[in-house]
Amino acid sequence: MSDASHAEEMKRHVKIYQRVFFALAVLTILTVSVSYLHLPIIYAMIIALLIAISKSSLVASFFMHLISEKRAVFLVLTFTLIFLIAMFILLIGSYYEQEGVFLGGH
Amino acid sequence: MDIPYTVTPRPDTGVYNAKLGVWLFLASEVMLFGGLFSAYLFLRLAAPAWPGELVGHTYHHASEVLNVPIGTINTMVLITSSVTMVMAWASLMMKQFARFKLFLGSTILLGLVFLIIKAFEYHEKFSHHMFPAESTFLAVYFTLTGLHALHVIGGLIVNSYFWGPGSKMWQTQPERFTNRIEVAGLYWHFVDIVWIFLFPTIYLL
Repeated sequence: MSDASHAEEMKRHVKIYQRVFFALAVLTILTVSVSYLHLPIIYAMIIALLIAISKSSLVASFFMHLISEKRAVFLVLTFTLIFLIAMFILLIGSYYEQEGVFLGGH
Repeated sequence: MDIPYTVTPRPDTGVYNAKLGVWLFLASEVMLFGGLFSAYLFLRLAAPAWPGELVGHTYHHASEVLNVPIGTINTMVLITSSVTMVMAWASLMMKQFARFKLFLGSTILLGLVFLIIKAFEYHEKFSHHMFPAESTFLAVYFTLTGLHALHVIGGLIVNSYFWGPGSKMWQTQPERFTNRIEVAGLYWHFVDIVWIFLFPTIYLL
């Protein structure tokens, strides 16, 4: 790639970064605004997590360049996600088991 | 002997070594914070009330204990620092070293602002006798935000090195230096993502 077209490409990136910044700011204001509605905890939790996932996806995709990353990185992330979900299931599962949800109320 | 694949991608992974190394490190960080988040969820499910009783008062919303406007400002500060970080890298890609200094310098300053605001929040809590040992809510709050703040401090040290003495590498090995800034950025953005989850789950829910 020539230096000129390379610079053009980077200018395009910079414009995307500005848009992502704007989106992150809007989503932050949105998540704070929703919290003032004092919705039932389950709805509040779903909305807050959806917004947090959207924001982190934007950061990961554009600032961390995952949108154009190589397979090896995704392999690492796939394993991470599997272990993370397994850890949550084990911990939360142990709570409900103790409460007797799985074993019919011991 | 030179360290291999600091600039060119390694043929079997497709990325330069430092990038894969930092992603592996971030994977371990995901498990560290993930473990604490799942502990938080576990403790909260079992709690009769949240935040519950604190120094003689009963609270029903975390926002009655924590300062949401200040938390929101800190969220914006960290998001802005993520943008300046990626702009610092983009400046190096465009061979604009002065601009890189400006953006990385801004990232460092914003990181410091975040820590000052956080310290102010901690001071506010301590002055009301709200210490980690007082309640489960406060233990969770101080553990998660404290570990996050330590990560911000770690990032500041690395970024300050690359802004100062470490930036000499730009004169001799510009591509290698650009990659160093990219992976330092990966870490900084990860710290931002952790806060993106911490802020709503601790302050707002």
